[in-house]
Amino acid sequence: MTTHPSSAVIARYADPEADLDEVTVWSVEVHLEDCASCRARVAGGTTDDARALLDRIAAGVDHGIATGPAPARRRRWSAARSRWLVWHLVPWLIMTVAVLGCAVLIEAATPRLPSLVSLLAPVAPLPAVAIAWSRRHDPAWELLAGTPAAGLAMLLRRTAAVLTVVMPALALATARTGASLALTLLPCLAFTAATLALGAFVGVRLAAVGLGTAWALAVVVPAVVTAHPPAVLRPGTSGAWALLALALAGVAAAQAHHFRRLSSHN
Amino acid sequence: MRTVSAAETAPTLHPWAVHAEGLRVRAGRHLAVDGLDLTLGAGVHGLLGPNGAGKTTLMRALATVVQPAGGRLRLLGAPVDGRADLRRVRRGLGYLPQQFGFYPRFTVREFVEYLAWLKEMPKAAVPGATQRAIDRVGLTAKADARLKTLSGGMLRRAGIAQAIVNDPAVLLLDEPTVGLDPEQRLDFRELLRDVGVDSCVVVSTHLVEDVVAACTDVVLINEGRLVYQGTPAELAAQGGPDDAGDSPAERAYSALLRRHRAEAGR
Repeated sequence: MTTHPSSAVIARYADPEADLDEVTVWSVEVHLEDCASCRARVAGGTTDDARALLDRIAAGVDHGIATGPAPARRRRWSAARSRWLVWHLVPWLIMTVAVLGCAVLIEAATPRLPSLVSLLAPVAPLPAVAIAWSRRHDPAWELLAGTPAAGLAMLLRRTAAVLTVVMPALALATARTGASLALTLLPCLAFTAATLALGAFVGVRLAAVGLGTAWALAVVVPAVVTAHPPAVLRPGTSGAWALLALALAGVAAAQAHHFRRLSSHN
Repeated sequence: MRTVSAAETAPTLHPWAVHAEGLRVRAGRHLAVDGLDLTLGAGVHGLLGPNGAGKTTLMRALATVVQPAGGRLRLLGAPVDGRADLRRVRRGLGYLPQQFGFYPRFTVREFVEYLAWLKEMPKAAVPGATQRAIDRVGLTAKADARLKTLSGGMLRRAGIAQAIVNDPAVLLLDEPTVGLDPEQRLDFRELLRDVGVDSCVVVSTHLVEDVVAACTDVVLINEGRLVYQGTPAELAAQGGPDDAGDSPAERAYSALLRRHRAEAGR
């Protein structure tokens, strides 16, 4: 706290006619902000005219507050409601869950076939992940791409939003059919990580389409045709899937700089 | 009165807010910006040029949305080409794209708040900054209207509000006056002068009158190269009475372009 200014300085500060140099005015003002007793001295030193003016202003401000609009209610900032993604992803997630439901029903009807839920698990999150990071589906992509929040963190957040719906749905489906939980969830994670890692180079949408097609042609179709469970989903391969998921997640993290701009192939 | 922090009064360590040397940027396969040298400081810079001159591509590169194909680009003293970390630079950017996508279900306030959040503003500062930005573009009465109910000019102003919400040091506006009526254009010029006092504002437009009225500096580009840079008064002196156009600035614009094309043709 600064030392109290002398009465003479305060009198000259309060008097509009007196000539007080700017530096002194600043130091008095800074002091007055913190010192109630000096404020009282300034108030005591003001003229009747000034006091009448202050009273008029106070009355005017009070009147304005009383007659003006009521203060706006403090709105609750609802994170879920105001995210574009939440609304946009809902139809895709409903579709994914519906497909998994159909897989459960088909599996119950034809026990001869290998577990359809396990076969579909790796590709289940891919459509929604591709939608979540695509310039075609995000109308404000150009605005978003220029913000500091854009990047791998945003993609991971959106992917996590997809997985929080798809993973419980998969777990529920495996519980109904009795397939191995690890051999459903770990391939699902590995394929999601692979989509992100490949997406760094060719775009997430293309990566999702490519991986989904490759899985369908190389594993799902032969398994359904021959009615034998595929070798890559045999019991005991879950450790390999976990390692693969970790390695691909590492690749995606190392390529984080590719996601800082929405490149032309997204 | 508020306390001014040390960070606000610290001198900047970069001579130019925007510094491009031999900048090359691709739009698809086409090299839309080809060897552009440009330095911009504080003030309002009008970016002029015929259709296909590379204005939008240059704006996208300045907004860090697309990666330059070559040359050097520094924003606020930090390199933004290649693998550079863009987070710090992007916090100081405001960008209104030409094709301004938006989320139709959002209200103006939610939209500006969402962008403020993406620009990593402190949470406590977001509501106040949002209100201030909406007031500055004159959308106060429509703050809680959904974006899909707004007219084209109002949407444009909502876009300007999101661009200025974080008090950017570099403000990039691509065709901001499209859809604004004459009165709103006057208000907008006032806003530009206001922001341009201590920030670098780049306004891309093909309305020569807007540039002459509101800009402190004119940048004319053609086929991805810098044709002319100077004040509006200097620009007006470039044209002769025989050149096409209705005002000195328009005559100068056509004269400069004609000269540049003649030189390029040789």
